[in-house]
Amino acid sequence: MAKLIALLVALCCCASAGATESYGMPKVDIGKGGQCVKDPQWMRKNHMHLLFEQRDKTVHKGIRDEKFSLKNCIECHASTKDNSVIGRSDSFCEGCHRYEAVKIDCFECHSSKRSSAMAQKEH
Amino acid sequence: MASHSPQRFKNRLYYSLVAASGLIVLMGLYAAHMMELHGHIITGMNNQIVWGVPHVFAIFLIIAASGVLNVSSIGSVFNKPAYKARAPLAGLLSIAMLAGGLTVLMLDLGRPERIIVAATNYNLTSVFAWNILLYSGMFAAVVVYLWTMMEKRMNSWSKPAGFLVFIWRFVLTTGTGVIFSFLVARQAFGTAILPPMFIVISFAWGMAVFHIVQSSIYAWNNKSLDEYVQKRMRNLMGVFVIAALYFVATYHLTNLYFARQAEFERFILVDGGVYPLMFWVGYVVIGNLLPLLLIYHPAFGKTRSVIVASLFIILGGFSLLYMLIIGGQAFPLSIFPGYEASSSFGDGAIGLYYPSLPEILLGVGGVGISFLITAIGIRVLDFVPREIPRSP
Amino acid sequence: MSDTNVQRRQFLKTSVGAVAVAIAPGMLLFDMAHGKSEEVSSKVRWGMLIDTANCADGCNDCVTACNKENGLSGGLSPTDSQWIRKVELKDMRSGRTSSLPMMCQHCENPPCVDVCPTGSSFKRADGIVLVDKHLCIGCRYCMMACPYKARSFVHEPLHDQKPDVPRGKGTVESCTMCVHRVDKGQQPACAEACPNKSILFGNLNDPDSEISKKIRSVASIQVRADLGLNTGIRYQGL
Repeated sequence: MAKLIALLVALCCCASAGATESYGMPKVDIGKGGQCVKDPQWMRKNHMHLLFEQRDKTVHKGIRDEKFSLKNCIECHASTKDNSVIGRSDSFCEGCHRYEAVKIDCFECHSSKRSSAMAQKEH
Repeated sequence: MASHSPQRFKNRLYYSLVAASGLIVLMGLYAAHMMELHGHIITGMNNQIVWGVPHVFAIFLIIAASGVLNVSSIGSVFNKPAYKARAPLAGLLSIAMLAGGLTVLMLDLGRPERIIVAATNYNLTSVFAWNILLYSGMFAAVVVYLWTMMEKRMNSWSKPAGFLVFIWRFVLTTGTGVIFSFLVARQAFGTAILPPMFIVISFAWGMAVFHIVQSSIYAWNNKSLDEYVQKRMRNLMGVFVIAALYFVATYHLTNLYFARQAEFERFILVDGGVYPLMFWVGYVVIGNLLPLLLIYHPAFGKTRSVIVASLFIILGGFSLLYMLIIGGQAFPLSIFPGYEASSSFGDGAIGLYYPSLPEILLGVGGVGISFLITAIGIRVLDFVPREIPRSP
Repeated sequence: MSDTNVQRRQFLKTSVGAVAVAIAPGMLLFDMAHGKSEEVSSKVRWGMLIDTANCADGCNDCVTACNKENGLSGGLSPTDSQWIRKVELKDMRSGRTSSLPMMCQHCENPPCVDVCPTGSSFKRADGIVLVDKHLCIGCRYCMMACPYKARSFVHEPLHDQKPDVPRGKGTVESCTMCVHRVDKGQQPACAEACPNKSILFGNLNDPDSEISKKIRSVASIQVRADLGLNTGIRYQGL
């Protein structure tokens, strides 16, 4: 019994140690890519907190910092194929969220499409 | 073998009641699911009539939930033993109807998945925010009250608990009334008479629901209600019905006096189509005159009359709420007094509303929830009213 | 001085003048266009003055512009959102007719803000009344409370929202005074689109703004002023 538990604990340790590397991480289409406003690991851990705080600043206080504008995030990260961050299973937001099974509520209201592409379509 | 039959009948009855009400609840939940998936477009509600049939059901259940506790208040606060014996059942009914009504309200929200947001972000100038606290507190208060009544060692605390519940439900029903009172711009609302009117109406509706449930329990358990107790409860219900009618009459009479309210009253009482029908036929005749006849006329007044009268009172209640809530929205806002207005958005026009199936299923589902909680509660715990002889 | 020198002097004066005129607006607007990293303040109160006498009967340009700017469907069924609408009025006693656009009045004491349970309906420091869709639970109490029928409820799932104007099923919405444009220093779409320039937008708290000067000189009213809401939209000619 004790040996079984020891074995399971050891396996868990291995699994958690490997988690921060590319072991089983989903492949996401990062769109245009390039230099993000923050480094990727910070974003992975904190984007939800950033969104949560920034939305109040923008909506209630009118602070429209270009660096943290959702529209600008989408501008870079929307796929170059379909201009969307949720259009396919490997899209920028959809890829990880599907993997983590966390439902994305944002795009019921927010446009998920690259705004410059949409503006071009109109003209 | 003969002694097994009543038990088997009771068992069968119980399981069929639970199955039936369970089915109704499931249908209501399915309707709510459809509404969440497709949006309110599948209902009859629109940008003119924003609160429809689900609100009629929900507000009836919430008001009746507050009013049914009268039975226990008369017992604990006013010390009438016959009522004291019935207090636990009243408490159960209150919890059941509150649960049913609130479920309907929450599932009718545009974004029901955001209940957590409602529970964590409070705008304290909003009655709705206060009501969230009042309603949840009500559950807790009634549970504590039930505990003091049913746990022998806590019996000495039942009076203060009963008092707390008494005060709390007045505040709660006032909170329900001011939802409408605070709407200054609507000609149907924006009046201070609504909270006291709701309180007195809650007495009548609560008694009616209690009578029906009590009579059913007695019938299905082969018990008979003491005639004296029945007479007192029946007469009390009659008094409440008359008092409620007085408030409704005063509401309309005051409105009729103001020139600027005349058009609204004409709409709601004369030429508004379904709304005058609901008021005169549904509320006045079926909801008041017939029950009062059944209660006070010497030829009637027995158990069956009381059950029928109670059902009529409940129907009248739904009619009144339909007229008030939906009729109050159907009449256009007076944005430009002195002008006739028309626009693409219904300015100056009577709002059209047709109840849809999802709304009705959701509302009835709420009643089903109340029924289910009551049935299971009575089966599992000691809620059947005890027989106490009339005190000297 | 010789003729040529006078001419040169004139030329220099004119060109410097022209350059100054060309650059000045850019220098004024530069601050506003740069994005807003400070919060809005109550030093500004945005409002509109609408000239109903110049509002053409049958003209819907403000409505069309609003629909286009904000991604509304333009549909007119009872469940379609209308943030602005043309109202035809007829005085019941005199028979005089007029028309005007009606939208959220951006009250100073908004009833919709008072009744919102989550604080989703709120008034920004600069007077614009908005719905924070992140907090809206779709209870529609604000729609019951609004005296102007300004608000609409989104009855079905939406697609292809404008990137600057998020809107979604199950929430309540209304005229935002084109807050996404105002924050960039532009005017609301309706004000810009009106062919008769009947909608004047500006800062009510600035006594030298065009709107403040006009309100001081011409008679204007607030709709349902008796309710004491102190709306940010005023109408002249009623």
